[in-house]
Amino acid sequence: MAAPWRSLRLVAPIGNRSTRGIHQLGGAVDPESSQKKRRTMLQYLSDHFYDVEFLRGYFLQNKMDKVHQKNRSFAHLEETHGPNNAGAFFILKQGGAVKFRDKEWIRPDKYGHFSQEFWNFSEVPVEAVDASDCAINYEGLENLHLLKELQSLSLQRCPHMDDWCLSRLYPLADSLQELSLAGCPRISERGLACLHHLQNLRRLDISNLPSVSNPGLTQILVEEMLPNCKVVGVNLAEGLKLGPEEQPQDTDRPIPA
Amino acid sequence: MLPRVLSLGVRRGPLTRRPGTLRGGFSLDWEEKLSEIKKKIQSVLPGTSLHPLYDSSHLPPDHSDVVIVGGGVLGLSVAYWLKKLEKQRGALRVLVVERDLTYSQASSALSLGGIHQQFSLPENIHLSLFSASFLRNINEHLAVVDAPPLDLQFNPLGYLWLASEKDAAAMENNVKVQRQEGAKVCLMSPDQLRNKFPWINTEGVALASYGMEDEGWFDPWCLLQGLRRKVQSMGVLFCQGEVTRESELVKMDNSVEYQPVECALVINAAGAWSAQIAALAGIGKGPPDTLQGTKLPVEPRKRYVYVWHCPQGPGLESPLVADTSGTYFRREGLGSNYLGGRSPTEEEEPDPENLEVDHDFFQDKVWPHLAQRVPAFETLKVQNAWAGYYDYNTFDQNGVVGPHPLVVNMFFATGFSGHGLQQAPGVGRAVAEMILEGRFQTINLDSFLFSRFYLGEKIQEDNII
Repeated sequence: MAAPWRSLRLVAPIGNRSTRGIHQLGGAVDPESSQKKRRTMLQYLSDHFYDVEFLRGYFLQNKMDKVHQKNRSFAHLEETHGPNNAGAFFILKQGGAVKFRDKEWIRPDKYGHFSQEFWNFSEVPVEAVDASDCAINYEGLENLHLLKELQSLSLQRCPHMDDWCLSRLYPLADSLQELSLAGCPRISERGLACLHHLQNLRRLDISNLPSVSNPGLTQILVEEMLPNCKVVGVNLAEGLKLGPEEQPQDTDRPIPA
Repeated sequence: MLPRVLSLGVRRGPLTRRPGTLRGGFSLDWEEKLSEIKKKIQSVLPGTSLHPLYDSSHLPPDHSDVVIVGGGVLGLSVAYWLKKLEKQRGALRVLVVERDLTYSQASSALSLGGIHQQFSLPENIHLSLFSASFLRNINEHLAVVDAPPLDLQFNPLGYLWLASEKDAAAMENNVKVQRQEGAKVCLMSPDQLRNKFPWINTEGVALASYGMEDEGWFDPWCLLQGLRRKVQSMGVLFCQGEVTRESELVKMDNSVEYQPVECALVINAAGAWSAQIAALAGIGKGPPDTLQGTKLPVEPRKRYVYVWHCPQGPGLESPLVADTSGTYFRREGLGSNYLGGRSPTEEEEPDPENLEVDHDFFQDKVWPHLAQRVPAFETLKVQNAWAGYYDYNTFDQNGVVGPHPLVVNMFFATGFSGHGLQQAPGVGRAVAEMILEGRFQTINLDSFLFSRFYLGEKIQEDNII
């Protein structure tokens, strides 16, 4: 079997923090121009030296492996602690926040530690999940299916959420009432189209989706697709000369703004 | 390296003083002569094919371990997996010979790009599931340093197959098999259909099967370019030319130049024209009803795709709908455009001589069924149409994979009759495993071997559009 590094020639990320130490060459007087120079020098070195190419591939593969590790399956916890606790543990390990029914929000602190009292809750369903900025991807969503009574899900600014992942949200259709996808860089209108399974959805946030080609038209089509749902996020009056827009404030949303 | 040394040498040596400067004025000639000399020296360098008399860099190499005939998605997939699974870096020399690098008639480029797991054969389901997971992680598989990530434009909306009364039992059986193999498919009754998709007219529909995950459609051109880019970065050589004789003569396009390529294996991934390549190898030349006399039963069949605009048509959530009559359509983009078509019956088969579109076919054979199934399609306007070839397997409409029993160094990866694109990653891996390991490891495709044509064992697939 080919060694893992051989198959991995991955795209150079812009400003990759982990490789800057190894590939930093000479002092940088002007940070911006040196970053540009560093990027082309990195490319130049990669073109000419196998070692540089290998190291780049190795570090990037490490990053990918970390994401895969975060999204491993937590199904083994389901037998011992029940589906709700297993799913909640998954979200908390990722860095997200969980709210059980009639309890307070449980959030990990900046070191990643969180209160372990939820293991003692037996059969209390998870009502809301705030997975903003988490590295959750297609495989990780399988762990989310354990939470059968989830009502509110926030996936804001998740870098690995894409159209394939949205097609995996349909098992939550019975209970999900609120979904936020604001700021996810990889979601496009094709993924939004498969939200039509979520018939109980009452509030959908699709603001700041850079990959959606036509936000206004997409919002109209999504509103047509989900007639009972309030779709927020796109300012349809952008560019028109109108009076000040009024944003309705919901004070009883389980997810804090 | 050497050009730089050469130019350094020129700069530092006694030749810096141009001969013309003394007399004043012959510098232009000198530049041209210099570049010609450089080219000549480069072509004689070790590592290039040694033809000191003329430049042969545009011809394919003299030797190659594997020659893949056909640079479409199947050929490139085989090349990718061969390079990925080889034991040592650079162990295999692979050459891909493609007749038309613009892919103007290639089935891969003209395909609708759909992928679904709703087949009746377990092998097809596995191939499709494998390909779906390949496409999902395409930026890990096909990543090249410093190249932008691929955007397949995958639309995960699924396929909806409609069945009439007489096909309902078969559909239920198929769905059971599909679920067993891991596909996420659900059955819907006409009432549920009307609830979910109010624009469907469920008259004549007894049952429907709807794919929930890993099904949809994507951009085949992007996959093709991504594979090409990755495969070139892995060291596979490309050559534009046509294979003309079994002793592996590659004829260069638009010229009478020939280049014999010695190789150990030939992979026939020529799509609609696979039968010609097989005939070059002598497959089928023998008395009928013998293994020698069994020809490769793949022929090109022309299929039309029409694009129309219908402002009141199905909404954003409409899947690819395959009707009981064989008509299919899907939505394209945000602007109420739809793509669709229908496979003609045996009697109506158009002549595969060229790729001209028959618009009467839409008027007479496609539109009535469309309008019957979706009443909103009574008013529509056709914007565009194109035609493409299916590499149609006349025996049982399923692919041919693996070696020929007699001509042991020809492998097939062809004959997929319209679902080659969605099975390409899986088939590529299977052929690579067969070559490198000697048997199928990931997915067992023993029933897809060539010998079934001689033995008469048909593996019929029901759900073919």
